[in-house]
Amino acid sequence: MTVTASGGLTTPVSAPSSGLRRIGSARWRRRNLTFDKISFFLVFLVIPVAFYLGFVVSPFVQAAYFSLTDWTGFTPTMNFIGFSNYVKLFTDSTFLQAMGNNILMAVVVPIVTLGLAMFFATLVTVGGSARGNIRGLRNSSFYRVISFFPYVIPAIVIGLIWSQIYDPSAGLLNGILTRLGLDQFASFAWLGDPRTARWCVMFVIIWGLVGFYMVLFIAAIKGVPAEVFEAARIDGAGRFRTAVSITIPLIRENVQTAFIYIGILALDAFVYMAALEPGGGPNNTTLVMAQELFTTAFTKGQFGYACAMGVVLALITLAYAGLIFAVNRIFGGKSEVGE
Amino acid sequence: MTQISQVGAAPVPSGERTPFEPAEAGAGGGTAGDKAVTGFSHGVLIIWSVLVILPLIWVLMSSFKTSSEIFASPFSLPSHWSFINYVNAWTTAGIGSFFFNSVIVVVCALILTMLFGSMSAYVLARFTFPGNRVLYYLMLAGLTFPIFLAIVPLFFVLRGIGLLNTLPGLILTYTAFAFPFTVFFLHAFFRSLSKSIAEAAAVDGAGEWRTFFQIMLPMAKPGLATVAILNFVGLWNQFLLPIALNTNPDNYVLTQAMASFASQAGYSVDFGALFAAVVITVVPVLIIYLIFQRQLQGSVSQGVSK
Repeated sequence: MTVTASGGLTTPVSAPSSGLRRIGSARWRRRNLTFDKISFFLVFLVIPVAFYLGFVVSPFVQAAYFSLTDWTGFTPTMNFIGFSNYVKLFTDSTFLQAMGNNILMAVVVPIVTLGLAMFFATLVTVGGSARGNIRGLRNSSFYRVISFFPYVIPAIVIGLIWSQIYDPSAGLLNGILTRLGLDQFASFAWLGDPRTARWCVMFVIIWGLVGFYMVLFIAAIKGVPAEVFEAARIDGAGRFRTAVSITIPLIRENVQTAFIYIGILALDAFVYMAALEPGGGPNNTTLVMAQELFTTAFTKGQFGYACAMGVVLALITLAYAGLIFAVNRIFGGKSEVGE
Repeated sequence: MTQISQVGAAPVPSGERTPFEPAEAGAGGGTAGDKAVTGFSHGVLIIWSVLVILPLIWVLMSSFKTSSEIFASPFSLPSHWSFINYVNAWTTAGIGSFFFNSVIVVVCALILTMLFGSMSAYVLARFTFPGNRVLYYLMLAGLTFPIFLAIVPLFFVLRGIGLLNTLPGLILTYTAFAFPFTVFFLHAFFRSLSKSIAEAAAVDGAGEWRTFFQIMLPMAKPGLATVAILNFVGLWNQFLLPIALNTNPDNYVLTQAMASFASQAGYSVDFGALFAAVVITVVPVLIIYLIFQRQLQGSVSQGVSK
């Protein structure tokens, strides 16, 4: 007690800003019972957070509990059945297939999308002349505006557009292919053939997202000081070498964030599937966990079982994020190049 | 194509230039190798641009064709340009009223989210109190966990308070799920604003309410604009929440109406109206996008790198 009293006497004179703040908050605690402050805290923090707890946090917690019950939603009571739902899940071949499809998508979609986005971003930023200063491509804002556009189209509409393009008889794709003389595609069902369906669906997701990440990477690359690229060029690094050894390591944190965002999206993919393959695709080759969850809950009424699927989906999502962090760490995430 | 791209980029002011693109870049020159790289770059990017634009142009063209014309050939131009498909989509399929529902839900949710989000972010960023860190991590958790985990209990929460299948229920849900992102983003923003200004306001006798609304909020405008744009796009495109929690066809929002219209069109085969509905959905967003594209792209790169 005496320590704080003497501290209070000395700090105002020469304290750094953090010391001042501490004094401020101490005073705050003693004399904060004015109407202004009580109402301020109530409206600014208590009400919004209570609302958030009720609508977001509590459903997450409830889902974890429901997953341990046999609840169907129609009975007021539910029986606690431990991990039976989870045991059932891992013998449910449909769900396991959906999980496999999701995992394949979570591998392919991020790598292809971010690879293309990085490639385009590199072309835009260093595609200009290499003599003198390294330059971006001229008129590149045209490409950025165009490629980014699918980001503002609702995903469901993107799916609908592409389901028409893939249409066997009236679609644009087969129209172009037959015009080129490839008559074997005259009425090929791209979304109905188990060999092609999943790749066609993944292409749509990639098509919709490349521009978004391209813009993100362009902004990140522009944030790197120009001197770094100058130095690399003077040291004789070519464009490819610069991109691989300088650019990517320097914007590694952005790449990591991008991987996590797009991976979460690929593990969901519900919207695209709702438009392209509402039934799970040929032989369930495009079925995703989210679709299976939705049907189990809202068509079959097996809410407890559906919640178990939700928990598995959440765990896979967290594991994916953890994996990305780990990979970034292994490849030297902490050893920054330029700073 | 090159000419088009030059026209498209002409009005861009010099602020748009990259650090590697000095003002005298027009001088040109460079070795043959440079020119090859530049040509290659343009070529690749043009191919991608065509790949993005072509489907959209095709949809636009098809939206003027009759169903039989659509089936006859994917390339043929419509025999006569009529807006009958648009009329059908707007009235018969009711896209007009769903559009209106979407506007109401998204605008209300956006206002609530921005208000709640900025207030809570300000408190969390500026005051230290027990539980501050816990709340912050709770927001982070809400951002990371898939909405799918919450969807079943959420259904019963809304049913319990009698807001299932209503627009107010949807507005509250949208607000709640946009809240953590808003707080998370604005938290960083309010932290970067100088504390001494708020302290000066307190010394001058401004209460906490006045300090926030008259001083801190106006200072946070750039951050607010960024979050508002990102939230708008996210909420406008939201699909899962409405199809699970808003199953009354009168209350459909645009995205779910499009999905149900497409599955109906499979039977009645009014593909012309389907294409028209797609155009109706995309064009307003396209116009807003072209007006705000600079801010939107800026928002994205800020929002994700936080």
